[in-house]
Amino acid sequence: MFGLKDDWELEIPERYFTLEDYEGGTARWCPGCGDLAVLTAVQRICRDEQLPPEKTVCVSGIGCSSRFPHYMKTYGFHGLHGRAFPVACGVKSRRPDLKVFVATGDGDCCSIGAGHWVHGIRYNMDMVVMLFDNAIYGLTKNQTSPTSPQGLSTNTHPRGAWLPPLNPTSATLGFANVSFVAQTVDWNPLHLYHTLKAAYHHKGTSFVRIMQRCPTYTEKVFAELQKDPSHLLLLTGGDNPELDAASLRMFPNQQAHDSRDLHAARRIAEQQDPLPIGVLFRDPSRPCYEDFTTVGLGMSAADKLRGLEREFDKFSV
Amino acid sequence: MTTTTKGPAPTQPTSSVKRVHEHIVEIVSDSGEGAQKAGQTYGAVSAKMGNGVWTVEIIPAEIKPPARSRAGASGIRVRVGSEAVTNTGDEADLVVALNEQVLFGRIEQKAYKKGTIVLLENKWANDPREEVRRDYAAALAEFERIGLDVRQVPLEEACQKVAQDVRVGKNMFVLGLLCYITCREMERAMEEVAFVFAKKGDKVIQKNQDLIRAGYDFGAQVLSTRYEIPPRKTEQRLMVLNGNQAIALGVMAAGIEMVAMYPITPATSVSHHLAGAFKNVGGVVHQAEDEIAAMGFAIAASYAGKTACTVTSGPGLALKTEFLGLAVMAEVPLVIVLVQRGGPSTGLPTKVEQGDLLAALYGQPGDTPKIILAPATIEECFHFVITARKLAEAFRTPVMILTDANLATGVQPIPRPVPQAEWLAPPLDQSPWQKGVTAYDWDADTGLSPRPIPGQRGGEYVLTGLAHTKKAKVAYDPDSNQTGCAMRSRKLAVFGESLKPPQVHGADHGELLVVGWGSTLGSIEEAVDRARKQGLSVSSLHLRFLSPLEPGLKEIFARFRKVLTVEINYSDAPDAPHTTKDNRRIAQLAQVLRTHTLMDIDCWSNVAGQPIQPGAIHAELVRRLGKSKGEQ
Ligand SMILES: Cc1ncc(C[n+]2csc(CCOP(=O)(O)OP(=O)(O)O)c2C)c(N)n1
Ligand code: SF4
Ligand SMILES: [Mg+2]
Repeated sequence: MFGLKDDWELEIPERYFTLEDYEGGTARWCPGCGDLAVLTAVQRICRDEQLPPEKTVCVSGIGCSSRFPHYMKTYGFHGLHGRAFPVACGVKSRRPDLKVFVATGDGDCCSIGAGHWVHGIRYNMDMVVMLFDNAIYGLTKNQTSPTSPQGLSTNTHPRGAWLPPLNPTSATLGFANVSFVAQTVDWNPLHLYHTLKAAYHHKGTSFVRIMQRCPTYTEKVFAELQKDPSHLLLLTGGDNPELDAASLRMFPNQQAHDSRDLHAARRIAEQQDPLPIGVLFRDPSRPCYEDFTTVGLGMSAADKLRGLEREFDKFSV
Repeated sequence: MTTTTKGPAPTQPTSSVKRVHEHIVEIVSDSGEGAQKAGQTYGAVSAKMGNGVWTVEIIPAEIKPPARSRAGASGIRVRVGSEAVTNTGDEADLVVALNEQVLFGRIEQKAYKKGTIVLLENKWANDPREEVRRDYAAALAEFERIGLDVRQVPLEEACQKVAQDVRVGKNMFVLGLLCYITCREMERAMEEVAFVFAKKGDKVIQKNQDLIRAGYDFGAQVLSTRYEIPPRKTEQRLMVLNGNQAIALGVMAAGIEMVAMYPITPATSVSHHLAGAFKNVGGVVHQAEDEIAAMGFAIAASYAGKTACTVTSGPGLALKTEFLGLAVMAEVPLVIVLVQRGGPSTGLPTKVEQGDLLAALYGQPGDTPKIILAPATIEECFHFVITARKLAEAFRTPVMILTDANLATGVQPIPRPVPQAEWLAPPLDQSPWQKGVTAYDWDADTGLSPRPIPGQRGGEYVLTGLAHTKKAKVAYDPDSNQTGCAMRSRKLAVFGESLKPPQVHGADHGELLVVGWGSTLGSIEEAVDRARKQGLSVSSLHLRFLSPLEPGLKEIFARFRKVLTVEINYSDAPDAPHTTKDNRRIAQLAQVLRTHTLMDIDCWSNVAGQPIQPGAIHAELVRRLGKSKGEQ
């Protein structure tokens, strides 16, 4: 345990990873569940970016969507309901070498974990945060979530949800030090993939709200959106990935958007129909918390001992 | 009433010197008058002279309480002895009070006895405000009634002769005064002040030294008797620090590199110290958005292969509960320092209590075995962090260290430790994970298993708080959870086997055995020693390991007719209304020991928020043993 070598880096020999290297067993979501599409997209990104599985950590809270790490063949941390943010930040704090993906539900992130959401965004540590927004508590079987549409009948509000829903995208755009906010849908694999990839390449916390189908409880909520692409507004330009002509044809509504303009982003985020998808905001210049938490990482044992002696001196008589 | 005359004394009366074994002084004032700095310097000077010292700050609950108020008593107590001093002691011998109202606050806390000498600032007698003059006069009458030996002293007036601004200078003047009265070496005081004000420059140092000298010279006019507390000579190199500073140094020396915390009294000062010093050993403090986040952050840093720690107090522990359960369940090494304060709820934030033992042991849902240590001295506060880190990694488990506000704020000289390179070694390297070994490859006999960390090729697993198998796979079958729980429990049993039975202080058999834990060690042993000198058949035993308990307790207890825990937490008085032997709610360690030994263990405890004084324990011992002796 003690006295082992303290150099952490190990040379990685040339390896090539295939999708299989990221597939951690059969996913047990309901048939048609949007979570699976996100899983596939992330596995593809890992493969395309050739991320060593041992250097990749998937962190989640509790919920259907938080089962995500179990279906990846990387390291994972399936923690507590609402607490994915602090865990992901703790992983990154002294291990900037690890690539972190966070899976969190609308209950997980926007209700029980709301405090950590505000601060996690502000810490802006380098990670991809995927909000699986199915507008319901799935795992606990159909309770109202903060993003459930007003009037949605659930087990806790059988006569319809009382309050208007919280908009996670505009909320996030209101948090201090926000550096990347995007919105996408699980049923458009191409847009999902490109949006998550843009998120992956951003240094800082990339917050991606994914409209996620839950055929079991909220089929109706997403039905229209899914059926008729005219309810979507594709954001183009700025930090948005360039889609080819064929892909662009899938979106009848498109809008050029300057993703460096926070005010424009906030305006667009408020919009519900058509629902804007793409990168709403990005600012690569925002400070990242790990720039502070990694201070002293490489300090040698000899320097530490000397430092310790000096600290003892301060109290010595 | 001596020196109330104005102007310099015509002749310097020479004082006689009385040798004493120990001496307790207090400086009490409104907050912001520098009493603590004066007292700390006084303590440091005494430690340097080779005396045993225990210093404890008197802290009002509010940041800026109203001036001249009872609740606003702020200041410091310094107990100086010829031998090592292990606690704050009983009533003070000498008090310097900058106003009369703050004294009431201390009287309520039974800090003084008949004959305690009080050097009281007398300027209030001539205050322009009538109500102040009236209060002052009334207080004098009350002090006389309760037997305090009050000497009204023109402190401010005398101090004015050397200082332009007495508000900031009076404390050093008082320090000089105390140095005279208790025969402290002046050169030491001068050196110490030069050290303390080093950053402020020569002019400030000079001014403060002048004030000390003036206070020293003034001393002769105030009291005709001086006290000498002969020091024992020691060759050992010493450090003077409080328990929280010792924890902070322990964290650094243990090779911990991440402390995640949320501010909470009385734990916060650990992070204050680290915030400045930690980077010098390559560590970092994360001030999280709340205790839940702090705990999650620390657990995650540990999961990622880094040594991590969190520091908190009772209400913070309540919030960390769910994550603590996860750390136990997922076998994440972590050091958790719990600096206990008065409870329940927000309770008494700045006061002493040992009220969180059961919360630490059992406060999480489900079965959550973990290692719990309780340092009893400031020196142990340092060393136990190093031990805790080792145990956390060796047994792949959270380890809790329970201290309290008494240890946190008590200042004492301790032998300066010699840092060891081995303490600093990182827990694991990044070599590939051994093929065929699972993430929880429990040894069926011991429950121990090696731990993969991210970056280790081949070790990929998903940490989960759900019931899981050896392979870290979620499992709802009847056997898996039973096995997991058994394995985690087994580790504790295995660790327990490596512990030695605790030492009994005093004879190893007799009438009464006092059992304590944590900060009460000094007071209990002092009380037991006094009682033994009087011929009472009493011994004591102090537990450092609360989970698992040290072995052999039943055998030791059986050699005494009665066993009594002394604790600072709540228990029903045996004669309280509606209280019977059957329904009496007893103190926390007593509950644990009863379950453990099936013996009829009694307790004596209170939640007054004060360290238990040796005199109070002694009185209780006499009450119990005096009686039982008479019966025989
Ligand atoms: C402290 C705590 N409270 C409540 C729960 C029960 N719980 C588990 S998941 C969940 C809500 C899940 O909803 P969401 O986060 O939207 O995830 P989804 O299942 O919809 O993906 C709740 C309330 C829990 N596990 N822990
Ligand atoms: S309940 Fe909904 S969210 Fe959960 S797995 Fe089924 S479809 Fe997916
Ligand atoms: Mg949901």
